[in-house]
Amino acid sequence: MPLETETAPAGVMTTQLDAALGWARKYSIFQYPFVTACCGMEFMSVAASHYDLDRFGAGFPRFSPRQADVLLVVGTVSHKIAPVLRRIYDQMAEPKWVVAFGVCTCTGGFYNDYSTVQGIDTIIPVDLYIPGCPPRPETVIQGLTLLQEKIQKTRGQFR
Amino acid sequence: MADRSQKTYMLNMGPQHPSMHGVVRLVLELEGEKVVDVDTEIGYLHRAFEKHAENETWNNVVPWTDRLNYVSPLINNVGYAMAVERLANIEVPERGQYIRVIASEISRVTDHLTCVGATAMELGALTVFLYLIKGREHLYQLVDNLTGARVTTSFTRVGGVKGDLPPDFAEKFRAIAKEVRLCVMESDKLLTRNRIFMDRMEGTGRMSQADAIAFGVTGPFLRSTGVAYDVRRSHPYAVYGKLDFEVPIGSTGDNYDRYLCRLAEIEQSLRLIEQCLQQIPEGPHSLEPKEIKHAFEIQDAGKHGDTALLAKYAAKVDQTLEGMSIAEQSGTRVLDRKITLPSKESTYTNIEGLMNHFELVMWSWGVKIPPSETYFAVEGGNGELGFHLVSDGGDGPYRVRCRPPCLFPVAAMKKLLIGGMIADIIPTFGSINMIAGELDR
Amino acid sequence: MSNTNLRGEVRGIPAESNHEELSKLRAEGYNMLVDLTCVDYLTHGKPRRFDVIYRLMRLDASTGQDLGRVEVHCAVDAEPPVLRSAKDIWPAADWLEREVWDMFGVKFADRPGIKRLLMYEEFAGHALRKDYPLTKRQPLIGPKSGEKAGSPSFNILKPTVTGE
Repeated sequence: MPLETETAPAGVMTTQLDAALGWARKYSIFQYPFVTACCGMEFMSVAASHYDLDRFGAGFPRFSPRQADVLLVVGTVSHKIAPVLRRIYDQMAEPKWVVAFGVCTCTGGFYNDYSTVQGIDTIIPVDLYIPGCPPRPETVIQGLTLLQEKIQKTRGQFR
Repeated sequence: MADRSQKTYMLNMGPQHPSMHGVVRLVLELEGEKVVDVDTEIGYLHRAFEKHAENETWNNVVPWTDRLNYVSPLINNVGYAMAVERLANIEVPERGQYIRVIASEISRVTDHLTCVGATAMELGALTVFLYLIKGREHLYQLVDNLTGARVTTSFTRVGGVKGDLPPDFAEKFRAIAKEVRLCVMESDKLLTRNRIFMDRMEGTGRMSQADAIAFGVTGPFLRSTGVAYDVRRSHPYAVYGKLDFEVPIGSTGDNYDRYLCRLAEIEQSLRLIEQCLQQIPEGPHSLEPKEIKHAFEIQDAGKHGDTALLAKYAAKVDQTLEGMSIAEQSGTRVLDRKITLPSKESTYTNIEGLMNHFELVMWSWGVKIPPSETYFAVEGGNGELGFHLVSDGGDGPYRVRCRPPCLFPVAAMKKLLIGGMIADIIPTFGSINMIAGELDR
Repeated sequence: MSNTNLRGEVRGIPAESNHEELSKLRAEGYNMLVDLTCVDYLTHGKPRRFDVIYRLMRLDASTGQDLGRVEVHCAVDAEPPVLRSAKDIWPAADWLEREVWDMFGVKFADRPGIKRLLMYEEFAGHALRKDYPLTKRQPLIGPKSGEKAGSPSFNILKPTVTGE
């Protein structure tokens, strides 16, 4: 979740600015695909030509966290890679959003064992949960539209 | 003061990197652009498959096997199910075996399409990736029709397969095979004689035959060095003995040969599926004309006490429902009441069927195999995918060991990368087709 | 029924002389180490707890034919380490032995500094042993890892394991 919070009652100019920024941000998502496992196959399907992500403006992955604003955590996160995930999240600049793609990232999936993180929201704050094992591309696209609504409603902090 | 006499520096690639293959960490020691030393670290996707399998019943392990090599999930399902059947000494009826071969070969095609597509994308050929994923998309829809899911299929059971082929499978496959062949042909035209592609793939990641064998490498990797070892040829399982296919081999053992081997194997797999669809024995047949009703409607009739009507019905079972109708069952699953779920007509209309169903599904009941040990291997997308099973008489395995075919080339990374340049790491790593789900299990 | 010699001949060798026996097999032509694994027979009352299994294959490189397989069992205890490493016979054994150490704790006598393969070094215990519970997590970061809430992660965190 971005750190921006509303501290002063928003006047007319500020809300218009918020709306404009939200509109711009939601239609130009630079995703960082943190792909680990089987959900990566459905991520590939969503990003490819059949279920096109590009028509939502989210087509171009940025493979550096410094240049990305949506961290797509795709696939099971094990305890071995958890510090790496935290590090990447910390390296991203505000505003940033995190999408937990696949049920392994939401709650750990059926991997209730010694090596799987039981939901990445125990280590980083998550904005959108897309359950499914793996989620169908249509589910991912629905999730993406929900994320876009969330991005649109983000308030800015203007002083 | 910086030590200017130091000639090499360390570069860390991963564990999170732009490759689509999976999470692995390469710590490189570089002298300029030349790779002097490599240390590979794996285990970033260790999900305790073997430990989970010890806590599950024999059939319940199948979803865990899906997630091993997740680009070719049906091959893992078939491999595990056949290993259990070897342990329990069960023979699957012929139609079930043909369906398993069809499923395996579809998975093999998706595996190779993904591997070649991802490698091409990493070398800059994004178009080829999109073409091949388009081909894969058609196959995913076919798999969806057959098994109910695109990626994590959980299709086989001990003693057979979950469901029969849908009625229009053969026509659909013919149309899709044309599409896939077209995609492969287009990618072939774009890549195979492409100057840039050849420069990057030829001569890089080379491995000799002796090294490959010493490192335990099998599959397209070994075949690209010239050794024609394929588990389907050496130890024909299911109905591979009746099918005619070639085993493409390379000569130099470099990335380019592996790419060519994989493309040739796609064609061979499509040929295999066509032969299977011709040879497959007859499908669901009813002994006498019966009225086809949904399984839940038969159940409702039973509840209302219309038992006289029940004998006239044949069940139409949804693909998502566990179990089959009488007609479908005889060809695809072994008809042993201790192993296979009873037909839906039986489950819903008489108490013995219902009890049989419960006995197989309840925890600590179900399929039981006397204490024994076995090893069985199938040809996975990357090589010999073996399962070593130990049973101690319980309702589930005591130990399941999956022999991951891609562990061995990744263990041989030192041999492959040292002496090459940084830029050669990308095609080499891509052509190994390392799938983290299988590597780390 | 399909080909029965995927398992090959099953033999047992004494763990103390495993290197000699395996070298003999290598000299007989078993040029590929197909698999190296281990089974934990904790509750079965066997004299030695672990059973290390070497699976070997004789592969004819010119024809690609599998000329024969053999499955070699070594009964061994976790302590003291008696098995000797086979990585000089087949380089494939290197990583497979690391996995056996990682998952079962079976050490190899001539590999004192053997590293784990699949788990991180901070992990205490050997996961596939029958007495290691399935859900016992030892997180490096996050809740129950000893990490202070709100600490930035670019400080290297030494985990203080307070696992479940």
